[in-house]
Amino acid sequence: MKYVDEFRDHTLIRRYADRIASVVTRPWTIMEICGGQTHSIVRHGLDRLLPDQVTLLHGPGCPVCVTPAEIIDTAIAIAALPDVIFCSFGDMLRVPGNGGSLLAAKARGADVRIVYSPLDALELARRTPGRDVVFFAIGFETTAPATAMAVAQAEQDGIMNFTLLVSHVLVPPAIEALLVDAQNTVQGFLAAGHVCTVMGYWEYEPIARRFAVPIVVTGFEPVDLMQGIYLCLRQLEGGRHEVENAYSRSVRREGNRVAQDLMQKVFTVQPQSWRGIGEIARSGLGLAGAYARFDAAAKFHPATPLAVEAGACISGEILRGLKKPHDCPSFGKHCTPESPLGATMVSSEGACAAYFRYRRHATAPTVRAAMPVARAAS
Amino acid sequence: MCLAIPGQVLSLEGGNALMRSGRVSFAGIVKLVNFAYVPEVKLGNYVLVHAGFGIAIVDEDEALKTLAYLAEIEPEELS
Repeated sequence: MKYVDEFRDHTLIRRYADRIASVVTRPWTIMEICGGQTHSIVRHGLDRLLPDQVTLLHGPGCPVCVTPAEIIDTAIAIAALPDVIFCSFGDMLRVPGNGGSLLAAKARGADVRIVYSPLDALELARRTPGRDVVFFAIGFETTAPATAMAVAQAEQDGIMNFTLLVSHVLVPPAIEALLVDAQNTVQGFLAAGHVCTVMGYWEYEPIARRFAVPIVVTGFEPVDLMQGIYLCLRQLEGGRHEVENAYSRSVRREGNRVAQDLMQKVFTVQPQSWRGIGEIARSGLGLAGAYARFDAAAKFHPATPLAVEAGACISGEILRGLKKPHDCPSFGKHCTPESPLGATMVSSEGACAAYFRYRRHATAPTVRAAMPVARAAS
Repeated sequence: MCLAIPGQVLSLEGGNALMRSGRVSFAGIVKLVNFAYVPEVKLGNYVLVHAGFGIAIVDEDEALKTLAYLAEIEPEELS
């Protein structure tokens, strides 16, 4: 596949590994923001090609992982209403809220359907005027334009039976939240290439300056990732902290202006709660006032159970780069993708699921803290 | 979740600004893609597609530059 295969070239990957080994003189810690990058790094074993002094931490860029349990509860409550067809991206279905998952709700008879695009949900609304079609709009800046377009088309065509449960999140405020955390150990970032395809990377320039961290816009194929890691390490070794673009075939500094314009029209920036992390100011998108009639939560007022997060899960610390999956006593034992205790094990882009799939039998921590037996997964 | 895949544009279809679309081949698998966010797209271009939307036109020159980057810096850094 063009623009994929040539970026998986083994010789080139190995040459980057050699280059990296030749520039590194000290220990460094880098975080890749995006769960898709985590998946690719673990799948291709790129972290194992790096010198021992280089630690890759896995960031919070997995929308499925950071969607708050309360929103999932709201989704389940709406999905259970008569006459509602509830549409979601597939990876959201197994994520446990406080009271089960959308998949469990579907098993109980709720009409829950998997869609590939918000436009598929809108098309369903056009075809079934007698029912309320609700789209579960999650995702980062990469996905928000797709949601914005579905809203804009519904408005343009006067579709009345289409609403959305919106829980979109923004990357730059999350990076700042990680950096102001006293426990932070991250010294450089790989910014998420597809988020930057939409938003550009000008937003990251003040962050790089303020916190003196290099930020390298990075793609998803192994050569892209190795180049991103190399450029980040070269900045760290050279004492520089700039924003560099290692994904220039797709990312321009200003991003996709057409997409940004529609996002700005349809959404308003608001505080957002991140699962495992907490509330971060100005880190979410909600529907702007002019589009309030598309807000499913306001339309249906669903009753939801009280919030109780599972006790044995350390996904919050994993999402903040403080721990790795093997640090968790439940990993691969009480917690598996089939029976996840928390969100990082559910999505294929969650760090725990990636390690479970590709690293299950790798070195486990030698000392295991005595922990209470994990609660059964819902 | 933020997965986006490059595919080649096979056809361009009309429609208003919000509905502009076309068929895109992903190594032989053809899908209808919304082009509202890549209004300058042309037949034969490669577009990066996410959730049914083209979000960028892949820049061929930049792709080649990335692949050639190491070869370019190595002589300069070794000197």
